[in-house]
Amino acid sequence: MKRHNYMEKGMQGIFLLCATASILAVALICVFIFANGIPAIFKISPVKFLGGSIWKPLENLFGIFPMIVGSLYVTAGGVLVGVPIGILCAVFMARFCPKRLYQVIKPAIELLAGIPSIVYGFFGLVVLVPMVRNLFGGSGKSILTASIMLGIMILPTVIGVAESSIRAVPESYYEGALGLGATHERAVFFAVLPAAKSGILAGVILGIGRVIGETMAVVMVAGNQAVMPNSILGGVRTLTSNIVLEMGYASGLHKDALIGTAVVLFVFILIINLCFSAIKKKGSEQ
Amino acid sequence: MEAVGELKEREMKELQGINRRTVRQRIKEYKRQPFSMFLLCLVGLSAIVTIGVLLFIIGYILVNGIPNMKPELFEWEYNTENVSMLPAIINTIYMTLFTLAMAVPVGVFSAIYLVEYAKRGNKLVKIVRVTTETLQGIPSIVFGLFGYLMFTITLNWGYTLLAGAITLAIMVLPVIMRTTEEALLAVPDSYREGSFGLGAGRLRTVFKIVLPSAMPGIFSGIILAIGRIVGETAALIFTAGTVAAIATSPFDSTRTLAVHMYCLLSEGLYMNQAYATAVILLVLVLVINTVSGRIAKKFTKN
Repeated sequence: MKRHNYMEKGMQGIFLLCATASILAVALICVFIFANGIPAIFKISPVKFLGGSIWKPLENLFGIFPMIVGSLYVTAGGVLVGVPIGILCAVFMARFCPKRLYQVIKPAIELLAGIPSIVYGFFGLVVLVPMVRNLFGGSGKSILTASIMLGIMILPTVIGVAESSIRAVPESYYEGALGLGATHERAVFFAVLPAAKSGILAGVILGIGRVIGETMAVVMVAGNQAVMPNSILGGVRTLTSNIVLEMGYASGLHKDALIGTAVVLFVFILIINLCFSAIKKKGSEQ
Repeated sequence: MEAVGELKEREMKELQGINRRTVRQRIKEYKRQPFSMFLLCLVGLSAIVTIGVLLFIIGYILVNGIPNMKPELFEWEYNTENVSMLPAIINTIYMTLFTLAMAVPVGVFSAIYLVEYAKRGNKLVKIVRVTTETLQGIPSIVFGLFGYLMFTITLNWGYTLLAGAITLAIMVLPVIMRTTEEALLAVPDSYREGSFGLGAGRLRTVFKIVLPSAMPGIFSGIILAIGRIVGETAALIFTAGTVAAIATSPFDSTRTLAVHMYCLLSEGLYMNQAYATAVILLVLVLVINTVSGRIAKKFTKN
């Protein structure tokens, strides 16, 4: 009996220990990234690091402003491409799709989420880059290409969250609109969709998080020039690509500056996460 | 009772019959409501675009990749002549096994704690929820950089398979935790009560009663995690490195299939081989997705 009790207590301890693993992991990640990155930012001086527009590691010039702007441009572009299509597709899935078709489309969209980002990048490199080059000129590796690429990549995220929040709207909204003489389409777009807006917004924010952290696909199609982007057809380097491109051979202050880049990226992600959970909380309160 | 139900059903069918419209009637209605027609077209079009893009990606890669599947791509040793991907495939399997060996016990156990042991309103549970959500949002490049700083630099391991596996284990931990939690919550409380009533302790109840019935859900979570491990690149480049040989110990540098593909692309010389690698990756993901979907479906049916 007593041995049994020890076993019981011991295993409970192990379960508890495992439950703290995720806390430990987040703490370790924060400590390692911030402890290495923040001193680097202060060594370069925060103003020069965040506001400087010249990135020339060989001349000890570490300004990541072009990369911050690049990340924001590419994110905005991806959202512009992906969100409208994603929301409309979610409306289709939730309110227009026949059941039979749904059983085919739903797994297909999940598959879209499962494709590795390196395969997306490869597809962008061999299909989208030549396409943009032929249509608009230039090298083809541009903000536009990256935006299309990322727009495709966030589709499953946006569709998934938006669809479930549209489905969560009470049926009475739809029926009420129909009763007032609205067509099926008008009822869906003007009664159901507005009621689902906080859920859809959460999906969009989740999508933004994906886009801003995406690395492999962007490296392949964005051109990666570390200068201020001047047009939508110009090349651009994001925060993520800056890390992955130069980490392999960087040393000294250069390496520290790259870790500083990760700190900036991490802060962006934390802000996005906070927004996401705030909106989710607000949605569940309603 | 049954008769009433039947009557209602028949009534419903008749009502549906009244409301059924022929295609011609519908077209006529839409002509009168051009805005509704516009909305319908918009919605349909975006669904077609989404599915079209997926089919195009898969089709394009398969059509261009399958002719490039040559036997020398599967030779035992990699060199610049054959650009074999077999070592990368074997390393991917190693990486998956090592990662799962760490992530699955920790993930499942912590889900057990959250669902079976923690009391309502437990502070720890709230913190764990927040941290797993944070982990899920962290981009893979940040994981990679963390692994690099911790294992490669601070612990001075250099590029190793083990470092890559630990990094990935942290990355897939939330996936396994969440699916296990959902699976455990779906087990009816009567199972637990029955087990307690027969005099079993909490531990025995968890392992003999709750876990077996939650197995399919946990399994589909593990398969999802495998999908992420197989496709991951950014977290591995600076932790496991890019050596294209079969690992002989956990402290060897290795490249998985996705990293292999990145290397081929950044060298820029081996486009055909990259196509073939993309086919293998895509097929793997297709299989993994189908299997996980099947299991999840079976689970929800029961």
